[in-house]
This record gives sequence, structure tokens and C-alpha cells, in this order.
Amino acid sequence: MTNELIDFVIVSIALLAIGIYGVSVKRNAIRMLFAIEIIINAANLNLVAFARFIPNSQGQTFALFSIAIAAAEVAVGLALIIVAYRMYKNVDIAEFRSLKG
Amino acid sequence: MADTVFLAISVLTIGSAIAALEVRSLIYGSISLMGTLGGIAGYFLLLDSPFVAMFQIAVYIGSIAVLILFTVMLVRRQLIFFKVEDKRRRYAGIGLMLIMMVSLGAIILSSGIKTIQTDAPPIDFRTIGADFLTYYWPALILMALILASSVIGALTLARREDMEDDQRTN
Repeated sequence: MTNELIDFVIVSIALLAIGIYGVSVKRNAIRMLFAIEIIINAANLNLVAFARFIPNSQGQTFALFSIAIAAAEVAVGLALIIVAYRMYKNVDIAEFRSLKG
Repeated sequence: MADTVFLAISVLTIGSAIAALEVRSLIYGSISLMGTLGGIAGYFLLLDSPFVAMFQIAVYIGSIAVLILFTVMLVRRQLIFFKVEDKRRRYAGIGLMLIMMVSLGAIILSSGIKTIQTDAPPIDFRTIGADFLTYYWPALILMALILASSVIGALTLARREDMEDDQRTN
């Protein structure tokens, strides 16, 4: 292989940083979900990269589990966004204030 | 040293990740997110893990991205272009992003993984299948239950009770 482990880890760090920027700055609920997806993908990339270079099959197994759990998370997250949109007619998370003390 | 395919996939992945968060329309944003997810699948192929790459394409691009696209189409048109953000918060977010990149990058570069290379043969996908069905079978069953329950939960959450009441009275 011509690529080194450090290349993949650096890309993964860049994706993680972009995702954290999205989660902390965006107020649109759907865009926050995009950012969470990007973070999960950075984690999966790390798992598979380390599994390739160790070499070990367990990293790939965990990446598969992680992808499946992410699918469940997105389904529930989008359902919550739809419910909130129906209640508030908005997707701005600053407007969702029913639980605010 | 990284080769050109790796660099091309990196530009695609990171560029479309930034575009997914910054493009004005949410529809173009979700299409850019598909680009990011496809780029990650490309990395998996580079890492000799075709099974995970196919899974990524089937689950992420095939279902999650399409689900997000349909949800985006369900919200009102003004909200698709909705973008309110604090200037100060935005600068703070960019600062946080740069701090994370620099600090994590410094930690990784000073650690021992800088020179790791491998000539080991890639792992056969049969090994992964055997792992799933022997050592990890309780986790596999648990994952199936979690997926089923989350889909049922999502359906229950998204159900419209007012419409059903109307139909019942009619």
C-alpha cells in the first residue's frame, strides 16, 4: 500500500473538526444532523484505517455495527425533526423552547 | 506518501463536507452530504475493505441520504433556505474547529503512528462474516432488535394523530 496510516487519520481529524463546527454553529436542525453524520463517518474511517494497518478484522466489524446504528439514529432524529416542525412550524433549534425551565 | 487517488478523494470528501454545511439550499446540502459519504466509501475501497464500502454505499447513500432528502422536501420552502446564525458564534465555531485541527494534529504527528505502513495481505470478507456469526452473534441480534425498534419508534413519532381522528369521525 502506498498510503500511510497518518494520511487517513489526518483526513478523519479534518472531518471531525468540520462536524464539530457544524454542531456548534448551525441552528437548523437538519444541518446539525448533517454535521453529526460527518462526525460518525470520521469515526468509521478511523476504525477501518486502524484495522487495515494493525491488521485485524475487528475494526471492520465494528465499523459495520456503527453504520447500522447510525442508520437507526438518523431515522429517529428525522422523525423528531418532523414532529418538532409540526408543532412549531420551524426547524430552528432556538425556537424549540417547551422544555426550557 | 499519499497517491493521487487519495488526494482526489480527500478533496471530494472534505470539500463536499464543507459544502453540505455552508451551501444555502438544504437540498444541495444533502446532495453534497452524499458526496462526503461516497468519498468515505472510496477510502474504504483504498483500505482494501470492499465489504464495508458496499455497506456504506447501500446504507448511507442508498437509504440515509435519500431519507434526509425526503425530509427536506417535507419542510416549507422558506425553511429550506433558512440560515440564521450569529456572527460571533460563527467565528467562535471556526476558532474551535482550527483549535481542534491543530491540537489533535499535533498530538497525532508527535505520536508513533507517523511511519506506520503495512504490507500485510488485506482481510478477507469471509473472516468478517465468520466473526459476525460466531463471536459477535449476540451483538448482531441486538443490533437487529435496535434497528427494528428504532424504525417502529420513528413511525410512531411521525404519525399524525389529528388526521386519523378526522378520518375516524368521517
